[in-house]
Formats: sequence, C-alpha cells, structure tokens
Amino acid sequence: MLGYVIRRVLLAVFVLWGVATVVFVIVRMVPADPALLIAGDTATPEQLAALRHLMGLDQPLIVQYGQYLGQALTGNFGVSYTQGVPAMQLIGQVLPNTALLAVLACALALVVSFPLGLLAALRVNRFGDRAVTTGSLVAQALPGFWIGVVLLLIFSRTLKWLPSIGLSEPSNLVLPVITLALPFIAILTRMTRSGLLEVVGEGYVNTARAKGLPERTVIFPHAVRNALIPIVTVVGLEFGTLLGGAVVTETVFSFPGIGKLLVSSIQTRDYSVAQACVVVIAACFVVINLVVDLLYAYLDPRVRLAK
Amino acid sequence: MTAAPPTIALQTMQRARRARGGVAARIVVPLVVIGIFVVAAIVVPIVYHYDPLHAELLVRLKPPGTAMPDGSTAFLGTDQIGSDLFAEMMDGARISLLVGAATIVVAGVIGVLLGMLAGYFGGWLDMVLMRIADIQLAFPSILLAILIASVLGQGVLNVVIVLSIANWVVFARVARSQVLTLKNREYVEAARTLGAGHAHLIFRTLLPGCIAPILVIATVEFGQVILAEAALSFLGVGMPLGTPSLGSTISNGTQYLATAWWISTLPGIALLILVLATGVLGDALRDRFDPKLRSA
Repeated sequence: MLGYVIRRVLLAVFVLWGVATVVFVIVRMVPADPALLIAGDTATPEQLAALRHLMGLDQPLIVQYGQYLGQALTGNFGVSYTQGVPAMQLIGQVLPNTALLAVLACALALVVSFPLGLLAALRVNRFGDRAVTTGSLVAQALPGFWIGVVLLLIFSRTLKWLPSIGLSEPSNLVLPVITLALPFIAILTRMTRSGLLEVVGEGYVNTARAKGLPERTVIFPHAVRNALIPIVTVVGLEFGTLLGGAVVTETVFSFPGIGKLLVSSIQTRDYSVAQACVVVIAACFVVINLVVDLLYAYLDPRVRLAK
Repeated sequence: MTAAPPTIALQTMQRARRARGGVAARIVVPLVVIGIFVVAAIVVPIVYHYDPLHAELLVRLKPPGTAMPDGSTAFLGTDQIGSDLFAEMMDGARISLLVGAATIVVAGVIGVLLGMLAGYFGGWLDMVLMRIADIQLAFPSILLAILIASVLGQGVLNVVIVLSIANWVVFARVARSQVLTLKNREYVEAARTLGAGHAHLIFRTLLPGCIAPILVIATVEFGQVILAEAALSFLGVGMPLGTPSLGSTISNGTQYLATAWWISTLPGIALLILVLATGVLGDALRDRFDPKLRSA
C-alpha cells in the first residue's frame, strides 16, 4: 500500500508540474506585452523598460520559467494589474464559494442519482428504466449554460420564486447548484444502473438469493456495496468536469466564484489572475483525484495489487 | 398472444431480433436528424437571404409567428437586431457542424497517428505521449480551451485548433490501446514474417482493426465538440462578432430574457437536439460495433 501511495503522489506532483508548465507556455504566447497592458499607452519607453525589468520580462525565457515555478510553489502568481492585489488573494476570496457550489452539486447529484439508478436497475427494460435512461441521455446532452438561462427564465423571471444572479443570500445557490448537478446526475444514474446490473449477475448475489434471503436484503447490503466502488471513481473523475462546468455556470449566474473570476480576468487580459485560476482549478482536480485513487485502492485491494 | 406458450428458443430469438431492430433504429433515426440539420444549415440561410450584419431595427424582438413587413412570417421570431431567428439558428448550426467535423478530423488524424505510433513502438515515445495525456486529462478540457482561445483570439480556425488540442488525447488513447491488443495477433505476426515494414504494418495491417472503436469515439466526441464550441462562444472567446453561433445567439439573448424569451431558449433546443442525436448515435454504434468500449 505504501509503495502505491508513493507512486500516486509522485504522479500527482508530476502532473501539477506539467500543468504549471503548460499554463506558462500558453500565457507567454500572448501577443500583448504585459508591461504595456499595465503601464498603459501613455507610458514612455523608459517607464516600460523599467517595468519590464521589475517584472523580470527582460530575463531569458528559461530564467523567467524558473522564477515562475519557484513562485508558483509558494502560491505567488503575481499581482492583478486591474485590481492591484495579489492574484492568489482574489482567488482566496472566491474559492470558498466555488467549493460550496461544487460540493452542493455533488451532494445533490448523489442523493438524486442513486435512487434513480437503483430504480432503473431493478426494473430493467421496463417503463421506469426506459424513463430514467432516456432522461439521463437528454440531461447529458443539455448545454449547461443554456439550461442555466432557461432555469433563470422560468424560476426567477416568470415565477419570481428565486433571486436571479449574484450571491447575496442562500437561495442564490439553488439554480446554479441544479444547473451544475444535472449532467452529473445523468452520468451517476447511468453508472449506478450499469454497476448494479453487472453485480446482480455475479455468483455471490445468486448465493444470497439461494439462501432464501428476501430480495430487499439481496440488493441492499450485498449488491449495492460492490456497485458503489466504480461510483466512487466516477465521482472523482467527473469532479473535474464539474469544476469546468462551474466556469460556465458561474458566468451565467454572475456567481462570485473562481470560474467567473477566470472568465472576467481573460476578458480584461489580466493574465496573472487567469493563470493562477487555471493552476488552482487543475490543482484541486489533481488532489481530489489523488484522494479518490487512494480511497479506491483502500476499498478494493485488487487495484493496489494490480501494478 | 399465441395460443401455445412460446418456447424459450423462440423467446430468445424474438428478443434478439427486437434488440437488433432497436439498435438499427437508434442508428437510423439520429442519422436522419443530423442529415436534416446538415441540409437545413446549408439551405435555410440562403432561402432567407440571411446576413448576420444586416440590422432591421423596425422588426427587432418580435415574438414567434409575427408577420413581417415583406409578407413572410418569422415563425421563430426575430432577435435584437431584427434578424429572423430561425435563419440565424440554422446559420449557427452550420458553424457548429463545420467546427465539429473539422475538429474531429484534425484531432482524430493527429490523435490516431500519435496513439498508433505510441502503441506500436512503445518505449520512450509511448512514455512521453502518455505522460502528456495524463497532464492534459488533469485539466477540465474547457479550461484549456478557454485559456488557449483567449491567447489565439476569436475565429473559426482558432476554435478548431483549440478544440483539436483539447480532444486529440481521447483518440490517441483509444488508438493506442487498440494497437496494443492487436499487435501480437497472429495475422500481424504473419504480415511481419512476410517482410512487411513498419509503415505497412501500421497503416495496412493494424489501422483497419482500429477503425470501429475510433468511429464510435469520433461520434461521441462530435457532440461534445459542438457543445464546447457553443460554450466558448457563449463565454465570448469562440466565434467573432458577425459569425453567429448557437452559443453566441444564446448569450445575446440573455440580455432580453424579460422581453424576448425566445432568443435564448430556441437555439438551445436546436443545440440539444443536435447533441442528443450524436449521443444516441454514439451509444448505438458502441453497442453495435464495440460493446466492450466504455468511456475511454
């Protein structure tokens, strides 16, 4: 187990380095001169040169890269030129909001999809199953930003049940959480269904039936426990998609989260904030996947013994 | 309802026939839907003389079914500059289909080539490619797309480049794993023994065996790419002004939710139908050609 943990952690560190490098390369490809963006068009060439020197932009690219990596390690991604505060400080302000949004969406997805998947698996190819399967197919094809707009239109503009945008009261969370959870519900429902169907065909379930246990007992502790294992992995994997979806959802609802911050920093060409956002989101994703992987190995010994 | 109870063999046969019929319908129906979209995307903007830059301010924000001054009927209404929404949507669908197809071709060719090379030669090439894939899968791909799009700027070609960069990995992984399972088969050994070179083995012997799973993945990814393009355009880093995309039409409509609900709502339904059709088609092709292939 220890060897497995070490291997996984090393891989995660490697991936984080890769992410930071990719972001560095992309941001350095920007045609605009960052110094010019900060100083404005009225700056004299001397002022620009001084600013470039201050920002380290006159150094060779490889030196810049080294400095960037060193600073990224300490969570320093430079200063936002539009707001004059460190990029990480801006992220610190909004990250809890996104975390809340993602966790609530995840919880909602789990609570809704498990019974739906169970229902579908127990009534395979009958009406209930057909309805659930079709519903999840549609939900997976839903454009997240569009369903957000439609929910706004129905519940906030027309019915006036819920506030529209921003985050000033808890009820502001309802629509973004539903929007973000919908595709997740679809995937988890399908996973729960197919996971259960797979397990139901296995010998130990037949044994439980042969012992004369009531169907409820066969399904509940026996079948469900093993069907849960792949679901844990999917939750981890899809969490990244959830974070990506948060970018779009937060923009629709003007929700003060890291996704909204990313989009607005890109619109204002505030690249130090944009790169910090991307690295932080990717880091969250990598850490969550690491935890899920380890959890998975703990739950299922076959995984850690495989390689 | 037959008089005699059907035998088990008969039941099994009927079930198999029904299942096969089901798969066929699930392939044909979405293909027809996509075909209608393709035809409409080409024909409708021409028939309506659609020009995205032409404003007709007297008839802006008209609800669906409004009679237009020139005698026609805007049966899906008009948008904020007075364009016919149906024509605008079909022009947007044209961009969606174009970007989707171009991206799948570019990402598919690059991904399949690299994936096959990695699987065939193994060694450091395989190592490097798969580590790059690991890194890339650590990003939610929309994040990578937003970042690159913001650097490259807006435009059809740029969106294709961005989405190809974000999607080649999936093809590479599928092609690689398929080559790994195939390369020790006897027919490949036989070709090698007969003196086939690397190029012949890769393109003539192994490639045909990779086509089915790649086709399945391409179909599934097609829908995802269309969604991603719409999302990028919605966020304002996709299509430039003057190139209507379903995403940017939905985005424009959000400012008129109180007065003109149709601008945001209807293009989304078109998008949903298109993506749903590719999703159903992808699932059906997977069942038909490659039952073992799960999300790769």
